[in-house]
Amino acid sequence: MPKSKSNKSQVKTSSKSRKAAVAVKPKQENIQEEETFTADDPDALGLGFDDWLQPRQLIKPDDQLELTDAELKEEFTRILDACNPNAAKNLIRFNFSEASYKQLASIEQLAFHFSMDGCVLHKESDAARRQATMHGASVTATSSIVINVDEAAEEDDETKQTSEEAETQQQPQQQQQEPRASSAKGDAPTTKIANQFNCSERAAQTYNNPFRDHGTQTEPPPRAVFKANVSQWEINDAYAVDFESQQQKTKEKPKATSGKGGDKTRRKFSAVENPGEELFRVAATARIVERMVNQNTYDEIAQDFKYWEDPMDGTSDQEGTLLPLWRFAYERTKRLAVTSLRWNPLYSDMFVVGHGSYEFTKQPRGVVCCYSLKNPSHPEQTIATSCGVTCVDIHPTLPHTIAVGRYDGGVAIYDIKERPRKPIYESSAESKHADPVWQIKWQRDDVDDNINFISVSSDGRVCLWTAVKCELACTEVIQLLIADAVSDGPDGTQLRTLGCGTTIDFHPTQTQMYLVGTEEGKIHKCLLSYSNRFLQTYDAHQMAVYGVQWNPFHPNVFISCSADWSVKIWDHTQTEPSFTFDLGSVVGDVAWAPHSSTVFAACTCDGRVHVYDLSVSKHSALCCQTVVQKKNTKLTHIAFNPVNPIILAGDDRGAVMSLKLSPNLRKVKCDKKGQRLESSPETEVAKLDKILDVVRETPKPLKDM
Amino acid sequence: MAEGAEVKKEEAQADSGRRIHTYPLIRHSDMNEEMRTESMELCVTACEKFANNNENAAKMIKEAMDKRFGASWHVIVGEGYGFEVTHEVKNLLYMFFGGNMGICVWKCA
Repeated sequence: MPKSKSNKSQVKTSSKSRKAAVAVKPKQENIQEEETFTADDPDALGLGFDDWLQPRQLIKPDDQLELTDAELKEEFTRILDACNPNAAKNLIRFNFSEASYKQLASIEQLAFHFSMDGCVLHKESDAARRQATMHGASVTATSSIVINVDEAAEEDDETKQTSEEAETQQQPQQQQQEPRASSAKGDAPTTKIANQFNCSERAAQTYNNPFRDHGTQTEPPPRAVFKANVSQWEINDAYAVDFESQQQKTKEKPKATSGKGGDKTRRKFSAVENPGEELFRVAATARIVERMVNQNTYDEIAQDFKYWEDPMDGTSDQEGTLLPLWRFAYERTKRLAVTSLRWNPLYSDMFVVGHGSYEFTKQPRGVVCCYSLKNPSHPEQTIATSCGVTCVDIHPTLPHTIAVGRYDGGVAIYDIKERPRKPIYESSAESKHADPVWQIKWQRDDVDDNINFISVSSDGRVCLWTAVKCELACTEVIQLLIADAVSDGPDGTQLRTLGCGTTIDFHPTQTQMYLVGTEEGKIHKCLLSYSNRFLQTYDAHQMAVYGVQWNPFHPNVFISCSADWSVKIWDHTQTEPSFTFDLGSVVGDVAWAPHSSTVFAACTCDGRVHVYDLSVSKHSALCCQTVVQKKNTKLTHIAFNPVNPIILAGDDRGAVMSLKLSPNLRKVKCDKKGQRLESSPETEVAKLDKILDVVRETPKPLKDM
Repeated sequence: MAEGAEVKKEEAQADSGRRIHTYPLIRHSDMNEEMRTESMELCVTACEKFANNNENAAKMIKEAMDKRFGASWHVIVGEGYGFEVTHEVKNLLYMFFGGNMGICVWKCA
């Protein structure tokens, strides 16, 4: 009787079973095992059945252990448990919630010794049904056959049922079959499971260009033929010759090294210059581009400059307007006043502006800016000076040479072509003026072809400066003595007080003759050759004379303006002015127009520009217009462009306004037929003479000096 | 006539006034400057290394030139021979070395 070997937690085995582990005779083992079991088992039922078996024989193998009985009787305890011996005893895992290593409480003891997935599906499950539909009619046919068979079996079995019942059973079953079959059949082709990821296949074949073979053969590299003979004597000869030539070379080398060194340095310079040259090229291009950009930005102004004519001028003969064009301002000169304005005599679109300050206490640095009308946004060149600039003048034939007079009394000549902004000539500490230089005028080159200029200053001296070699030589032309004020000095000598010169102008044709305006209000007419006396003195104004200018056409006429609000026109042969105009505010500067002998403009400290035309109106201005943008800005200087109908007006905020004259202000005289008369100097002179005749009283004879 | 580029005068023997110059002397070459100097130094190295075996020296030069400048170089190292060769333009070097060795290196496919 097979004993159920149940899972006992503890089974005692004796040493006999150990013996049984050595399998010699399985029967014997069984017998022995059973013996042991039966020994323990209280239900020892099978004791009798093995009586008829072979008598027990112990067969020991040769290498069996020899143990004593005591040892044989020893009992060893074996514990069988359901633990997986291969499972780890202690697993330690990092617990993230507690952020520490923790030993796992329970460890999986289940060990799979073998697993195999079956391929049997339950008939009623989804997968099986799907499979059935996939397989289609064959499966259902067989299943229907099976059903029939089953039915037949059922029929046979259930003989007790009436045939009707059987029939009815059959019918519905058959009916069930048929629709089932038909449904199955119908299902097979119709219910194709829609595959959501089913991509419909579409294929196309593009046109493949036909292949073409192409081959080429390049020209092989050029070859040449060379022949020679190698032998000992040839080698020897060659070395001998070479040795000799080398000896000669070593002699020549010390002579040649100096030349080589020079070459190297020259090479270095050229290498350095190249990037500089490239920079220059870029600079030139950049300048052009800058001008283009400016032209685009200020396009309207450029158009106005060229073409705009005030239509209002047609209505009234007596009035003209000034159209503001560009405004030239530079950030470094914001707080500096415009102290001097000069148009370039050769290039009609360039002008030079001197910046400084009129204040006695504050003397900032000075700047000289060269602007071009083509670039209103930035000066073309700037020269920075240590002290405020009070006057500038451009040489009539060398347009890059500028003479600059400073507030500290020094004068300098700059060349704007050169890169470092240092004066090429400068007055030394001994020769400079003691007071600010108020006006500078270039003269013609002297006998030795040296450039020279004249300066007038508040220290009462008019000096001629000549650029000789590396320095400026100063010669005093005249001292502005005040005739009446002669005081006694400590030694008993007579001290003569000097007046302060503010402005100077040379006659356009008689270059020896010039006018000097002073702060006392007097104008002196002098000759360069006479250094100790004036030709004539005019009591021109009550206050300082700020501007004096000869008429460019008429040889006798000059104009002066002063801080006493007046502008006066003189005939130099007469002591009284021909015309006097009161402008209502301190007149900063006055200038004749270059195109007409009767037109002049003046700028005042209330920011207005007055333009007069004597041929149209002898009493009132044709145009009196405020040109400054902010109030309380004084206009300091004014200048006519020699070619274009433009006026520049500089103010004390460092900005220069350019204004276009309207047609009325630049009228050219027409004859009766309406055609333009040629404006020659003679006609201009005649024009002015006509006007002066009206005003002229009986000419007073000149006082004898 | 081309002159030696290096001015190392290694006067090996002062034998009764007869001097043997062993510095490399380029007799004819139409290579460009860097190629010439490189090839010359290669030849000098090879000849010094295989002073008694011309074949190995030539082999070394030829293989090095092939690797460096491209396929099909031909090298002759010897003391007495005559030659007439067709070479690719700008790829010929004919030089003397060691007082008695003449080396001709040229490229021709």
